[in-house]
Amino acid sequence: MKPLAALGRWVLAALARLGAAVLFLLRALGGSVRVLPRFSLVLEQLYCLGVLTMLITVVSGLFVGMVLGLQGYYQLVNFSAESSLGLVVALFLVRELGPVLSALLFAGRAGSALTGEIGLMKATEQLSAMEMMAVDPIVRIIGPRLLAGVLAMPLLAAMFSAVGVLGGYLIGHGQFGVDAGVYWSSMQNGVELFADVLNGIIKSVVFGFVITWVALFEGYHATPTSEGVSRATTRTVVTSSLAILGGDYILTALMFGGW
Amino acid sequence: MPAPELFADPIVEAKDVHFSFAQQSIYRGLNLLIPRGKVTVIMGASGCGKSTFLSLLGGRLQPSSGQVLFDGQSVAALSNNQLFAMRRKMGMLFQSSALLTDLSVFENVAFPLREQTDLPEALIRILVLLKLEMVGLRGARAVMPGELSGGMQRRVALARAIALDPKMVLYDEPFVGLDPISMGVIVKLIRELNDALGLTSIVVTHDVVEGRAIADYLYLLGGGKVIGQGTADEISRSTLPEVRQFMNGLPDGPVEYHYPATEYRRDLGLTPERAAR
Amino acid sequence: MKHKGIGRGIEIWVGVFVLGGLAALAMLAMQVSDAGGGGGATFRVHADFSNVGGLNEKAPVMVGGVRIGRVGEISINKENYRAVVGMDINAGYDNLPIDTSASILTAGLLGAQYVGLQPGAEEFYLQHGDRVAITQSAIQLESLISQFMFSQGKSKPSESP
Repeated sequence: MKPLAALGRWVLAALARLGAAVLFLLRALGGSVRVLPRFSLVLEQLYCLGVLTMLITVVSGLFVGMVLGLQGYYQLVNFSAESSLGLVVALFLVRELGPVLSALLFAGRAGSALTGEIGLMKATEQLSAMEMMAVDPIVRIIGPRLLAGVLAMPLLAAMFSAVGVLGGYLIGHGQFGVDAGVYWSSMQNGVELFADVLNGIIKSVVFGFVITWVALFEGYHATPTSEGVSRATTRTVVTSSLAILGGDYILTALMFGGW
Repeated sequence: MPAPELFADPIVEAKDVHFSFAQQSIYRGLNLLIPRGKVTVIMGASGCGKSTFLSLLGGRLQPSSGQVLFDGQSVAALSNNQLFAMRRKMGMLFQSSALLTDLSVFENVAFPLREQTDLPEALIRILVLLKLEMVGLRGARAVMPGELSGGMQRRVALARAIALDPKMVLYDEPFVGLDPISMGVIVKLIRELNDALGLTSIVVTHDVVEGRAIADYLYLLGGGKVIGQGTADEISRSTLPEVRQFMNGLPDGPVEYHYPATEYRRDLGLTPERAAR
Repeated sequence: MKHKGIGRGIEIWVGVFVLGGLAALAMLAMQVSDAGGGGGATFRVHADFSNVGGLNEKAPVMVGGVRIGRVGEISINKENYRAVVGMDINAGYDNLPIDTSASILTAGLLGAQYVGLQPGAEEFYLQHGDRVAITQSAIQLESLISQFMFSQGKSKPSESP
């Protein structure tokens, strides 16, 4: 009976945490709406979440595109179908790798930083001090970060994919001599604006939302000690990475299954 | 026992407050009055829930039963907007200073002004410099909080707490972790600000010397209740053993030195029978 | 805004970030996907095939290896059960002779299929709604192989490209 009770306790605790996270999200959404008139706060966070993650995203995108170019060419040339290289690279990037990998990078770079920042603000009573100054931290701190995360993620994912396509071109055309026109036209013939590009963007918006939500929740509910904050940071990366990969499967099945 | 004229119009009143946190009962029928315009010191041993009172008063926690009244209004019954309006009349100095680490000293003091008012930038500048001058840190306006000593950080936090000209300032352990000079500065500031600005001050501390030095009125908490109250002299003359133990810093007394435990010799494996033999 | 904490440098960087992201989105839309090519005016020309093989909508229509349009619609003619391919030719190529022939070809051995147009010599040009008369269906690899195996040593395949 003991393991059963332990399982039950674990499930109950997980449910309670999920409930708390949903309640927190509702408040955070309210805060995002109320912070809109003060958009400079959002801009500030776009800098912290977007600009500071831009470099790592672009560099990673370039390398991933180059690897796709290499591997894609080696496989396609077996069927003398290297003319489809552009299509293969672009579809992989736009549908999957762009949104997913940039989201994983975002979780590691920006999500963990968010949790650490909020957790530390809590540990040093900055959030309590704001409350006592009649400033709602949900509006002043949480709202702009949630908005910035949701705005930054699709832009980062688009950069990742675009740079990746260029990386694939660099290898396909530069190293293997795939004709430039063939590379781009096979892509244009096969990649569809709505079914592929737009769905990829929708994915990245969802990922940005989930990562920021998890990061803010973990920070806001962190145990206010240095150990508690570091554990919360780890949880942010683990939880949001799992959510990205699991969510990607569900979204892919929904989006591309029927079409 | 309390002097009647002092409590004719109390600014804060706690009525039979019960409060427990994480299955631990912290207050069991707390009753106290805070006189308007005075420095009231609330003392008690560590962990007796002194700071909790400030959280109840600020509306960040709610009592399980009983009421905390501010200006005659129950804090727990306020709506969110009313609560925020009430907090604008209070300043609070946190133990860790709680300065916003990504803003300069100037911006920290300006923070409540920018958030709560629409004052023009020029006026905000004047007000901020005025408050910084009061705590003697006008020259440190461009510095980041992390570059200041703990005592100076606390003074910046004090300037921030009075930025909106509150009616009442709450001090949570303002003397903890300070060197004697900084401590003296804070004692002097609390008294000066209280009298010059016509504030009401509530100081929560376990430092007997400083607490006695600034108190117009003093409460001693223990076991979730008020165990002693009066002016500093009255408290010092008290004959109650709990009060005497705290004020004189005796290790053993009604508050026991030993954490509750089983009988010592039995714990060591020396049963009474064997020891007797 | 009244909040002063945000500096000029941050604003510029955020501007760079947003512009970069929008440029990447624009590139994905115009350069990577089909939205760029499909923007201009086109006219529709039909062609009947007995078999379109693996031809897809949006597949390119090429003349001499250059893309001049794309397949807009693939349907079936209910009367003779032949496949009807509607091709959207870019309006700029309005001088295709009416005796142009259409064939379904494959890029590489297993690559994607496309429609190849072989211009004729007439002086009248194809217009919107016209029909290409001479067509050649897709080569089906499996029927080609089976024909080859069964007819080995007898006669040549009846329908060869």
